[in-house]
Amino acid sequence: MSAPLTQLPNPIRPAFDRSSQEGSVIVNIGPSHPATHGTIQIVAELSGERVLRTDVHCGYLHRGFEKECESHTWHNLIPYVDRLNYCSALINDFAYCEAVEKLMGIELTPRAKYLRTLLAEYSRIADHLTCTAAALMELGAMTAFLYMVTIRDYIYEHLADLTGARVTYSYGRIGGLAHDLPAGWLKRLGEILDEMETFTGRVHGLVDRNRIFIDRMRNVGVVSTADAVNWGFTGPILRSTGVPRDLRKDTPYLAYAELDFEVPVGIKGDNYDRYYVRMREIDESAHMIRQLMEMLPDGPLCVDDRRCTFPDKQLVYTEIESLINHFKLVMEGPQVPPGEVYSAHEGANGELGFYIVSVGGGVPWKVHCRSPSFVHMGGVHRMLDGYQLADIVPTFGSVNMIGGECDR
Amino acid sequence: MSEAVFEQVSEHLAGVAQEATVAHGVLALLVEPANLLAVVRALKDSFGFDMFLDVTAVDWPEREPRFDVVWHFYSTRHFVRVRVKTRVPLADPTVDTLVPLYGSARYMERECHDMYGIRFRGNDDLRPILLYEGFEGHPLRKDYPKQKEQPLVPYRPQPDAKP
Amino acid sequence: MTTQGNRPAPEGAFEYLTTKKDEFVGWARKFSLFPYPFVTACCAMEFMSVSSTLYDTDRFGAALPRFTPRQSDLLMVVGTVTHKQAPILKKVYEQMCEPKWVVAFGVCATSGGFYQNYATLPGIDKIIPVDLYIPGCPPRPEMVIDGIMKLQDKIARERHPIINEKF
Repeated sequence: MSAPLTQLPNPIRPAFDRSSQEGSVIVNIGPSHPATHGTIQIVAELSGERVLRTDVHCGYLHRGFEKECESHTWHNLIPYVDRLNYCSALINDFAYCEAVEKLMGIELTPRAKYLRTLLAEYSRIADHLTCTAAALMELGAMTAFLYMVTIRDYIYEHLADLTGARVTYSYGRIGGLAHDLPAGWLKRLGEILDEMETFTGRVHGLVDRNRIFIDRMRNVGVVSTADAVNWGFTGPILRSTGVPRDLRKDTPYLAYAELDFEVPVGIKGDNYDRYYVRMREIDESAHMIRQLMEMLPDGPLCVDDRRCTFPDKQLVYTEIESLINHFKLVMEGPQVPPGEVYSAHEGANGELGFYIVSVGGGVPWKVHCRSPSFVHMGGVHRMLDGYQLADIVPTFGSVNMIGGECDR
Repeated sequence: MSEAVFEQVSEHLAGVAQEATVAHGVLALLVEPANLLAVVRALKDSFGFDMFLDVTAVDWPEREPRFDVVWHFYSTRHFVRVRVKTRVPLADPTVDTLVPLYGSARYMERECHDMYGIRFRGNDDLRPILLYEGFEGHPLRKDYPKQKEQPLVPYRPQPDAKP
Repeated sequence: MTTQGNRPAPEGAFEYLTTKKDEFVGWARKFSLFPYPFVTACCAMEFMSVSSTLYDTDRFGAALPRFTPRQSDLLMVVGTVTHKQAPILKKVYEQMCEPKWVVAFGVCATSGGFYQNYATLPGIDKIIPVDLYIPGCPPRPEMVIDGIMKLQDKIARERHPIINEKF
């Protein structure tokens, strides 16, 4: 009655298909697997429970981001940029917009600068909450997952009040932001931050000195600083090895130069350090947001530049110049002068860079995203080889591979 | 402080680099493909550009040589970035690999090969990474139509499809 | 599961028994869905939200995910499926036992979303039959719950042959 299984092609060619040792087996983990966050395939050679070598395959979520960008105007591709690191979508928006603003020679208004910084930190909190919640759930700590995802849900609803969407916002615009804050938004922000600190305090209490957690995470997935730099690790992974490398401090952009914050670092570069660095970064981000809430100046949101800013709707309906300006911005896109630029922000996972090539005109010639997750996938085998099979799960969870960013 | 580093680099590599410009905070060097390894080794050993960020290519179909291959490096000591570019033709899009110098070059060179067809001499593991086995062509080249699909699983007969 | 199929000519008591059996089995199956979350992309964020405290799917009996296709009956394809991932999706679908239902969660699984290019499968119904489409990029949790309730209605109205094709 049932049809025979169809012969399906294998989309990859593993690096090894023969055991290197007597009695070792080769197993395939993923790409549809709960612990590989969706779309990573790990071909592992095991000797008993010990991992001898791994071959990590990504690309199962390659959606053609760069090719799509070449046929959309500079504004129209902002939703594609959003869906790169979908856990902290606003950071991608602002990194891309800043790259284009550099090419156009645009300086943001003060209000836009501080508001972008605030929202970038808010997004970073959401990303770290998601990563830690998923990593803890995979170890069995379901309560911690539910605590953190509840707070993340409050953050999503709050950002939906501002931008209209819960997960992928498309809120950044070249020259500023889409629209200004609604009334009462900052008050609710303060409430959410207070509640978040209660919940993360509970998670710390459940997990930090828990014998099982320490046994599973301490000295597992260790990477040294030299190794990390050689294999291109940035962000919380590099910081967990002990070096305070953070683009927000080293090459300050937006309003970070004026904020008072610390860069948490780990000791050994193992899973426990990565977990703790992320939890401390959540606290530091909350501290930064509270400072920014005080510092936020009034004033116009978008820069007053006809090349990229949409004119006020009232003017579009009454004046012919504004109508033509609006029409050209929508149909042809903002005209960006020819040139190339590489602009990097500190994303939640590390250095998120955009390399943009423009030939003049409203459509980019090339938009390339230097994504931290992809580079980390190139080096994650250093953290998996030599450990147990069951250690793959927490190590992978602590690397925070986001498929949209990895495969673009 | 970044200006000092850029000046040192430009001076040191004046003979080898065809162009050295600073734009938007990044020093951009244009080199011949043959000099690539020497330049990168100098950047890594003498000037502390210890982190390899990215390699990608840009397709200029109207121009000969057609492809620009672009590398970015970052120095974790001086906090500056440098861009190295070479030009290769369609007939022989080959450059040297950076895998002996930087481990992270492995995956990024595979991606560049996947998308543009740039071959990296010395990297014998250029399997498809973002695309799949059996995919023909290099999609980010300007002559690859965006919607040309190469499905691995044949489509079912669609119930509402018009004949 | 098909809702068409040759209904036997009405013969009174037997027909009544079949209908009642279908209602009972449909009620049992719709409130004990074991989803297989085939999670790929951004819709995973909303899947996590809808499974959590504020928008619980446990109320519908659909909370316990089974991460093996052999033990699950609801394949939720959450996120974009690319051509590289398509053989894996087909394999997972074929490994599931009858009765099984497929939910296309998000607009990328429904039709490819706004990724109309060489890499993306334009909708999973090109390779497997789909019972429920939940559009949205990503859909709000309330939409997902609405979709699950519609699927439950569909399951309740279906025929559920358990011994042979007629009963």
